[in-house]
Amino acid sequence: MAEKMINLKLKVWRQNGPKAVGAFEDHDVSVSADSSFLEMLDELNDSLERNGKDPVVFESDCREGICGTCGLVINGQPHGPIPKIATCQLHMRHFTEGQTIWIEPFRAKAFPVLKDLAVDRSAFDTIMHAGGYVSVNTGGVPDANAIAIPKDVAAEAFDAAACIGCGACVAACKNASAMLFVSAKVSQFAVLPQGQPERYTRVQKMVKVMDELGFGSCTNTYACEAECPKGISVKNIARMNKDYIKAKVKTEKIELEA
Amino acid sequence: MVKLDSKIPSGPLAEKWTNHKFNIKLVNPANKRKYDIIVVGTGLAGASAAATLGELGYNVSAFTFHDSPRRAHSIAAQGGINAAKNYQNDGDSVYRLFYDTIKGGDFRAREANVYRLAEVSNNIIDQCVAQGVPFAREYGGLLDNRSFGGAQVSRTFYARGQTGQQLLLGAYSALNRQIAKGKVKMYNRKEMVDLVVVDGKAAGIVTRDLVSGEIETYSAHAVILATGGYANVFFLSTNAMNCNVTAGWRAHKKGAFFANPCYTQIHPTCLPVHGEHQSKLTLMSESLRNDGRVWVSKLKGDMRNPGDIPENERDYYLERKYPSFGNLSPRDISSRSAKEAVDDERGVKGQEAVYLDFEDAINRLGKKAIEEKYGNLFEMYETITGENPYQVPMKIYPAPHYTMGGLWVDYNLMSNLPGLFVLGEANFSDHGANRLGASALMQGLADGYFVIPYTIGNYLASDKPEKHAANSAPFKEAANQIKDFTANLLSIQGKHTVDEIHKKLGRVMWNQVGMARNAEGLKAAIKEIKELKELFWNDVKVVGKAEELNQNLERAGRVADYLELGELMALDALERNESCGGHFREEYQTPEGEALRDDENYTHVAAWQFDKAGAWTRHKEELTFENVELSTRSYK
Ligand SMILES: Cc1cc2nc3c(=O)[nH]c(=O)nc-3n(C[C@H](O)[C@H](O)[C@H](O)COP(=O)(O)OP(=O)(O)OC[C@H]3O[C@@H](n4cnc5c(N)ncnc54)[C@H](O)[C@@H]3O)c2cc1C
Ligand code: SF4
Ligand code: FES
Repeated sequence: MAEKMINLKLKVWRQNGPKAVGAFEDHDVSVSADSSFLEMLDELNDSLERNGKDPVVFESDCREGICGTCGLVINGQPHGPIPKIATCQLHMRHFTEGQTIWIEPFRAKAFPVLKDLAVDRSAFDTIMHAGGYVSVNTGGVPDANAIAIPKDVAAEAFDAAACIGCGACVAACKNASAMLFVSAKVSQFAVLPQGQPERYTRVQKMVKVMDELGFGSCTNTYACEAECPKGISVKNIARMNKDYIKAKVKTEKIELEA
Repeated sequence: MVKLDSKIPSGPLAEKWTNHKFNIKLVNPANKRKYDIIVVGTGLAGASAAATLGELGYNVSAFTFHDSPRRAHSIAAQGGINAAKNYQNDGDSVYRLFYDTIKGGDFRAREANVYRLAEVSNNIIDQCVAQGVPFAREYGGLLDNRSFGGAQVSRTFYARGQTGQQLLLGAYSALNRQIAKGKVKMYNRKEMVDLVVVDGKAAGIVTRDLVSGEIETYSAHAVILATGGYANVFFLSTNAMNCNVTAGWRAHKKGAFFANPCYTQIHPTCLPVHGEHQSKLTLMSESLRNDGRVWVSKLKGDMRNPGDIPENERDYYLERKYPSFGNLSPRDISSRSAKEAVDDERGVKGQEAVYLDFEDAINRLGKKAIEEKYGNLFEMYETITGENPYQVPMKIYPAPHYTMGGLWVDYNLMSNLPGLFVLGEANFSDHGANRLGASALMQGLADGYFVIPYTIGNYLASDKPEKHAANSAPFKEAANQIKDFTANLLSIQGKHTVDEIHKKLGRVMWNQVGMARNAEGLKAAIKEIKELKELFWNDVKVVGKAEELNQNLERAGRVADYLELGELMALDALERNESCGGHFREEYQTPEGEALRDDENYTHVAAWQFDKAGAWTRHKEELTFENVELSTRSYK
């Protein structure tokens, strides 16, 4: 098959461990325009391995933009130059012959580098532990059609729930804020009837843990929304802020009454 | 010959599960916290099991090789989940879902298991909605449904094209709640590399920490594997890159029987292969077949663009061959028909591809309606191929997708090794020789939320297993074996990369153990796989060290297992001298080219016992059908 090939210069971030000093490493590659970005790295790694060198560590799994595992900063942009896709969905046809490509990990204090391009995003899980759920046990729940939920409300909840937990929002933000990620989960439950009983305690618990984990504060630059592969809207942040303030008032009231 | 006891409860089909739940032993609430349970895998099956067992009061340790439970492969499921709610009032019932699943599986699954699956399907939807899963809804606010292959009713619940994601995030949220409560201890980035068996019972696991490389041991009263399927044995499949058979395979080598390994599902609607360096194949949800029409040219070697092929020169072959199910014919049949068209040189411009065309649907329903239903799938198609499916028909081709085979389990989901339970795609239980669309999500959640919480209690209460120390001799021995295995891989320092050998294996599997098989090809495959295994162990190159983050080593361990599994798949296919569901033996077909079962000799499950490398004993579990009549599957 006659594939269209392009030649590229890669500048790949190599770092041996969380505390090691990292640096860019140069590689010249020739790749099919139909390949994906990660397939290009697969090929690079295959040739490194063949020559007894350590392959570049990067993570991916579904390669369909849904699991949130992949995530590279490509020429300064989390998930690369094309909007609304994850790194794994980026194809080489968007690059030009002879181009230089800088490849870096998602950088943030709360996401330490494990090795090369792989980072530890477990802080996201820790925030979820604090309240990213509706407190129901298995069994003993009402029939699924017992509550009607307007189509547009369900759609709004879905839009927020579509977050893949990739962390690009954090990597894009100059303050490394996790507000977009947290507000997406808070919003999903804030708009649904199932989420109402814990609505105000949930937002407080999740924000508290987010702050403790070293994520920065939000200064409304909206870089997060621009880089989010799922188009999660900053409206969610506004909603979360509103709920957070309401929650404060409510808890103060409760404390006064008690 | 070992007698495999399926432990199917007696009594009428519809009462078996209810009676069983009443008859099995319970662990009283205060005693549950005295039991430790290991759950390996946090996909739909594992996360739902770990969360529910934690809620009940057990001490659960959950393991995943992913960096977070939310990344499990279940997240990628697109189309939907079945349930017998009959919300559409179109004649669905528990019995119909049961019947469709048994028939879809070509009468090679257990009636009792499948009935239970259909029975609990309704609870799943209730549970997910209570968790806040944003399923699609109608204007009146009630849940919406669509139809999937192999069914004539609308029973599939969905959340746009991201049903798996939303269901997994639901299970993940339930899991997080138990983690916060301290009832589940979560171990991320730890890969199970061996099962520890003490006195014939599953007693714990050996893991490799994927960051530090450390080999560790964990013990418990019972071990649950919910580690997914093995379609990546084909190298190219729709499965996520890291899906692997290691947990199940290592348990198999420790005595757990592997059932029906040759039953693999080749999904009809995937994107065709684009080139040599392709890393995986992308599924286009089967739900597209609700509105898309599958066709190829009637002429051989037709190089015209699709728009230039007039209507009367198109062959809508599924509608032609199977008028009552048409484009919604089951997966095995649709895949094989695509292969036939391509073998007949009528593929798209000489390629391994057929058209999936939305022109009629767009004309009938409007572009907006189509966008609403499939918008994200269409976008995904365009992102990958650079072509706009609103304007030109999609090109699709079958690809390995799901594995019906897996570790053998009884009605309680326990393997032949006491204390080892297997859930979700990792077991063999409910789909027979072919799985219907939207039934894997249902099975994973049924197993995790509604079956294992009961059946594991029965084991703990009646067997009263003891917990061994994780540093006792059998654990140390197992850990040392793994260290030797790893050292061995790193010492070979040959010429061939792991991926290179995996790709070669994949080609053998696809060509000879794929959509159509025959005795000669299978024998050749076994020989070639043995040679590849030789090549691997003599001349593979694995770089780096054992005690570090080493993705090359991770892949090497997984491919070592695939090489052994591949051989068993070919052997199983060779021994099953009939065609059924996803297992199509060219020697056994009707004059019209349909699968020809041999009910007299093969109405059984083949459960393989591992004897030594390259040698197995085949056991049989006879399947008895008391409620449905074995008929020739017809979708005409
Ligand atoms: C692209 C795609 C679309 C699909 N769409 C649908 C659909 O619409 N409807 C439907 O019903 N089904 C669908 N399926 C099938 C369905 O998604 C899967 O069968 C199902 O999700 C499997 O769930 P599981 O819990 O058994 O395993 P998985 O979700 O695969 O989870 C396996 C878990 O085990 C862990 N694990 C595995 N091995 C180890 C180890 N050695 N050590 C530690 N952890 C380990 C993994 O980390 C993971 O957490 C689809 C499948 C694919 C590939
Ligand atoms: S909000 Fe967007 S960028 Fe942030 S984690 Fe979710 S999907 Fe990724
Ligand atoms: S690999 Fe799953 S989102 Fe990219």
